[in-house]
Amino acid sequence: MKTIFKYIRPKLASMSAQMFIKFLGTVVELLLPWMLSVILDEIVPAGKRDMIWLWGALMALCSVIALAANAIANSWACSISKDIIINVRHDLFVRITGLSARQEDYFTTPSLISRLSSDTYNLHQMIDRMQRLGVRAPILMLGGIVITFNLEPVLTAVLFSTLPLLAIVIVLVSRFGVKMYMQAQALLDALVHSAQEGMAGIRVIQALSKTDYEVNKFDKANREVIQKEIKTETLMNITNPTISFLLNAGLTAVIVAGAFRVNDGVTKPGMIIAFLSYFTIILNALMMVTRLFIMYSRGAASANRIAEVLDSSIEMEAQPIEAGDSINRDDVHIRFENVTFSYNKVRNNLTNINFSLKRGETLGVIGPTGSGKSTLLNLVLRFYDPDSGCVYINGRNIKNIPHGLLHNMFGVVFQSDFLFAGEISENIGFGRELGENKLADAANIAQADFVFDSKDGFAAQIASKGSNISGGQKQRLLLARALAAAPEIILLDDSSSALDYKTDAKIREQLAKRFTTSTKIIIAQRISAIRDADHIIVLEDGCVIGGGRHDELIESCESYRDIAKIQMG
Amino acid sequence: MPRQPMSGGPGGRGSFERPNAKTSFLLKRLSVYFIAYKWRLLLAITLSLGGNALALLGPRLSGYAIDAIEPGLGKVDFDTVFHYAWLMIIFYLASSMLNYVMSLVMIRLSRNIVYQMRKDIHGRLMRLPIKFFDTHSIGNVLSVLSYDIDTIAASLSNDIVQMLSSVITVVGSFVMMLSISPLLLLIFSITIPAFILFTKYRSNRVRKLYRARSEKLGLLNGYSEEMTGGIKTIRAYNREKYFIDRFQARNVDASQANYEAESFSSVTGPSVNFINNLSLALISVFGAFFYMSGGIGLGSVSSFVLYSRKFSGPINEFSNFIGELQSALAAAERVFRLLDEPAEPDDAPNADTLTSVKGHVALRNVSFHYAPDSPILKEIDLEAHPGQIIAIVGPTGAGKTTIINLLMRFYDKTSGSIRIDGKEISLLKRASLRSSFSMVLQDTWLFSGTIYDNLAYGKEGITREDVYNAAKTVQMDGYINSLPKGYDTVLQDGGASISKGQKQLLTIARAVLLDAPMLILDEATSDVDTRTELQIQAAMLSLMRGRTCFVIAHRLSTIKNADAIAVLRDGRICEIGTHEELLAKNGYYRELYYAQFDDSVTIA
Repeated sequence: MKTIFKYIRPKLASMSAQMFIKFLGTVVELLLPWMLSVILDEIVPAGKRDMIWLWGALMALCSVIALAANAIANSWACSISKDIIINVRHDLFVRITGLSARQEDYFTTPSLISRLSSDTYNLHQMIDRMQRLGVRAPILMLGGIVITFNLEPVLTAVLFSTLPLLAIVIVLVSRFGVKMYMQAQALLDALVHSAQEGMAGIRVIQALSKTDYEVNKFDKANREVIQKEIKTETLMNITNPTISFLLNAGLTAVIVAGAFRVNDGVTKPGMIIAFLSYFTIILNALMMVTRLFIMYSRGAASANRIAEVLDSSIEMEAQPIEAGDSINRDDVHIRFENVTFSYNKVRNNLTNINFSLKRGETLGVIGPTGSGKSTLLNLVLRFYDPDSGCVYINGRNIKNIPHGLLHNMFGVVFQSDFLFAGEISENIGFGRELGENKLADAANIAQADFVFDSKDGFAAQIASKGSNISGGQKQRLLLARALAAAPEIILLDDSSSALDYKTDAKIREQLAKRFTTSTKIIIAQRISAIRDADHIIVLEDGCVIGGGRHDELIESCESYRDIAKIQMG
Repeated sequence: MPRQPMSGGPGGRGSFERPNAKTSFLLKRLSVYFIAYKWRLLLAITLSLGGNALALLGPRLSGYAIDAIEPGLGKVDFDTVFHYAWLMIIFYLASSMLNYVMSLVMIRLSRNIVYQMRKDIHGRLMRLPIKFFDTHSIGNVLSVLSYDIDTIAASLSNDIVQMLSSVITVVGSFVMMLSISPLLLLIFSITIPAFILFTKYRSNRVRKLYRARSEKLGLLNGYSEEMTGGIKTIRAYNREKYFIDRFQARNVDASQANYEAESFSSVTGPSVNFINNLSLALISVFGAFFYMSGGIGLGSVSSFVLYSRKFSGPINEFSNFIGELQSALAAAERVFRLLDEPAEPDDAPNADTLTSVKGHVALRNVSFHYAPDSPILKEIDLEAHPGQIIAIVGPTGAGKTTIINLLMRFYDKTSGSIRIDGKEISLLKRASLRSSFSMVLQDTWLFSGTIYDNLAYGKEGITREDVYNAAKTVQMDGYINSLPKGYDTVLQDGGASISKGQKQLLTIARAVLLDAPMLILDEATSDVDTRTELQIQAAMLSLMRGRTCFVIAHRLSTIKNADAIAVLRDGRICEIGTHEELLAKNGYYRELYYAQFDDSVTIA
C-alpha cells in the first residue's frame, strides 16, 4: 500500500475537501432522528403546531443538503479515483515495458497481464468505494454513537456492550474467509487456464475424439471450485445474521434499560424512539464497514501485486564508462569476446563464444534446438548480460551504451514474433515515422505481395497475434518491420521457417543487394538460408563446434556436413 | 416455480423499466437454470419469508413496549416491557437463524447454477466447429467463462437473496404500517412515485454508460494483454514510448468511461436516501399531528418510523439491484450467445462408421470457400491409393492446410466429393473418420500435465512400455529420463519449458502411439533441427510405412520419395506427379525445388 499511497498523496487535498463535503452531508443526515425526538418530546407536549411545521421544514432542508453534498462528493470521488488509477496504470505499464528480461521471466507474462488488468481494476474499485463508503460508514457509525452518547450516555453504554462481540465475529470470519476466498480464486484461475488450453488444442481434441474426456476433466475441476466456493460462502455468510441478531438484542436491551430510565424520570420515551432510529443507522453502517473490510483486503492484495512490479529495481541500466574501459577504434562492428552465459546459473547456455563481424558482414548461426542460438541474440540485444566476457558494438562494450541508443540500431525478427491488432502499416511501421514509401519498399523486399493484392492494402486490419493471416504472411510482415528502417544491425531468428524456398530465396537476394552496410546475424534451420554468409558458426550445447565459410565447414565440420547432406539431397 | 426476482412488493413493482422483449427473453432462458432447483428455491423463499416475518414483528413489539413505558415517571409497566423484550429476543434469534439457513440454501443453489453454466459453456465449446476458434479470440471466450458467469453468479447469490428478503420486508412493512395508521401511509403516495420516476429515468442511461464502460475496459485489457506479450520486440526496437502513448490513450478512455458510469450511478444512493429522509420528515410532521390529536400512540409513531425505514431501506438496494441485474443480463446475453453458437452438426442420421480402413482416399472436384467471392480451393482432384505418400507443396496461402481441414472435416467442403475407401466422408461418423488419421501439426499442442499423459493422450489401453517405446523412436527417451521426474515431469503452460522442436517430437511420439491407418503431417518437423530429423528419419519412415500419408513440407528434400506430389498454387493443383516427373516437366515445382540451392543468390 505504501507505493500506491504515493499516487494518492497528490490527491489528498481534493480528497480531504471531498471527504469534508461528504462529512457535512452525512452529519446533516444524522441529525434527522434527533429532530424527530425534539418534535415528539419537546414540541408536541408544548402543543406548538407552528413549531412542528418549522422543524419539519428543517428536516426537509437537511435532506436536501444531504442529497446535494453526497451527490457532489460521490462524483468528485469518482473523478479523483479516476485520476489516481490512470497514473497507476500508466506507471505500471511503463515499468513493465522497462523490466529486464530476467525480471520478466521472474514475474511471467500472464501474471504481468493480470496485474495490469484485474489488479488495477480491483484497486480502482477499492479507492472508489473507500472514498464513498469509507467516510460515510464510519461517520454514520461514530456520529451515531457520539449523538446517542450525548442524548443518553447510559443507553449508549448498553449499545456499546454489544460491540466487542461484533468485532470478534467480524474479525474471525474475515480472517478465515479471506484466506478461503483466495484459495477458491486460485482454483478458479486453474479452471480457466485448463479451459484456455482446451481451446488452444481444439483441433487435436476433436481429431482424437477426446471431447468427452476434456469435458469430464473440466467437470472435475469445476466441481472442485464450486465445493470450495460453497465452503467459503457458508463461512462468510455467518456475519450478517450474527450482526443483525446482536444489534437487535442490543436494541431490546436499550428498551429495557430505557424503561428503567423513564421510570426514574431521567429520560423521555421520545428519546428511546430516536435511539432506535440511530440504532438502525449504526447497524447499517456496521454492515457497510464489514463490506469495506472485505473490499479493502481484496484491494490491498491487488495493490501489493501492483507495487511489487512498480517497486522492482531498475536493472540493466547503461553503466558509465570507467577509466579502464577502452574504446576500440578498429573497423569491427559486432564482437563477442569469450562470452559465457547461463539463464539459471547452473548450466551454461553459451560457453566461451568468440566472433567479430565487420560492418555489412553476415553471420550465420546453425545448430540443434536448444543449442543456444536464440540466447546469442538475447545477448546482442543486451536483454541479458553475459556472466563473463564482453559484447562490443562499434568498439564499445554494450553495457555502456544507453538503452535508447543501443536499441535504435536493430531490426529484429524473433521466433514466433508478435503482431498486434491494427493496420498492416502500423505493424510494419511499429511506431517509427517511416512514411509510406519506406513501408511499401520494405513490404516489397520482404515479398509481402499479399499486402498489395488485398483490397485495403496497408490499411488492412491484422487481428491480434496475426491470427487472421497465415504463418508465412506473418513472417513476411515481421521481416518488413525489421527492414523498414534500414537498420544498422539485422537480427533474424528463424524468420523464414514458414516461407517456401522460392520466397525465401528472393528475400535473401534482396537482403544481399539492398542492405550492404547492415551487419546481419541470421539464425536458421536451413543451410540454404546461411550458406552464403561471411561467417557461419555451428552451435551445439552452447559451444561453437565449427566455424568458417560454407565450403570450409563442409570440409571441417562433420555435424555441418550431415545437415547439408540431408537438406540438399 | 422459477420466479422473477424483481416482481413483488409495491416498492418494487414498476420501479424497473418495463422488461423489453430481450430482457424477458433472457430472463426466461435464465429461469431454465432455476427450474431444476425449484424445490430448493421454494424452500429458500419459505425460509426467507419466515425469517423476515419474524424480524418484522420486532418494531411492532418494541412499539408495544414503548407504549408500556410511555406513562412515564414511576408508572412504567415493567411486566409488559419484559414480556415484549423476551419476545423480541426470541423472534430476532429465530429470524437470524432462518436467514442463515436460507443463505446456505441459496449459496448452494446459485453455485450449482454456476457449475451448470460453466459445464454447458465448456461442453459447447468443445463441440464447436473449428471455424469458431479460427474466427474468435480465445480471450473473449474465456472472459465469458470466468467473468460473465461470475457476474451472473454474484447477481444470483447476493442479489436474489437480498431481493427475496427485501420484497418480504417491503410487503410486511407495508402491511404493518397499514395496520398502524393508513393515513400516515399516504405519505408514501408522494415519495414512492417520485422514486419510480427517478429510477425509470436513470436506468436506461445507466445501462448505456455501463455498456460503454465494459467495452472500453475490454479494449484496454485486450491491449494490455497484447502488448505485454510483445514486450521483447517493443524493447528491441526501442518503441516503448510509442506503445506507452497508445496504451495511455486507451487507459484514459477506459478510465473516463468508467468515471462517467460510476459517477452517474453514484448519485443514485444519495437520491434514494433523500427520498427516505424526506419520508421521515413528513412522517415526523404528520405523526406529531396525529399524536397530538390523540389518533395514535407514541409507541405506534415509533413503530411506524422503524417500519418506514425498513420499508424504504430496500429501495436503496433495489436501485443497486437494477445496476447489477443489468450487468448480469448483459453477461447472460454473452453466455447465451456462446451457448447458441451452432455446434458441429450431428452426424447424418444413418452415418456409416469407418472401420478396417484400407486407406484409399479420393478427392473429386473439391472446392471450398468461406465467402463465395474468395475461393480457397478450386476443383481439386487428388487420389491416394492405400499406403501411398501424397505430398502437397506450394507457396504459403495456396490452400495446403485447407485440404487437411477438409479431410478431417474440420471444415466441410463447399462442393465436390471426398471418399475414403469409396465412402463419402460427409456420410461418415466424424469420430470414426478422424480416428482413422494420426495428425502431426506445425502448431504443436501439449497440455499442462505429465509428459506421460501428454503422450498417452488419445489412445486408450496402452501400457507404460508402449509410451517409452514411442518416446524412444523419436529420440526423446534419453532427454525425458534425464529430467528429475522422468515421464512424470509436469509440463507447465503447454510445455513452455521445452523447445519447439522437442514439442514436435513429443507430438510425433503421440502419433506413433495412436497407430491410426492414415497419417497427416503438416510441417511436422519444421522446428526439429536437421540432425535430429536425420536421427528420427527411420522412425518417421516406419510410421509412414503401410499408411496412406498426406505430407505438407517446405523442405522439399523430405518429400522427394512421395508417390505423388501435388503442387498447389492459388487454390488449384497446377502440377502433379512424382519428383522426377515434375523436375522433368520444367514447371513451377522445378522452380521451387531449385530455389533452395540457388547459387546465383548470394548474401553480402
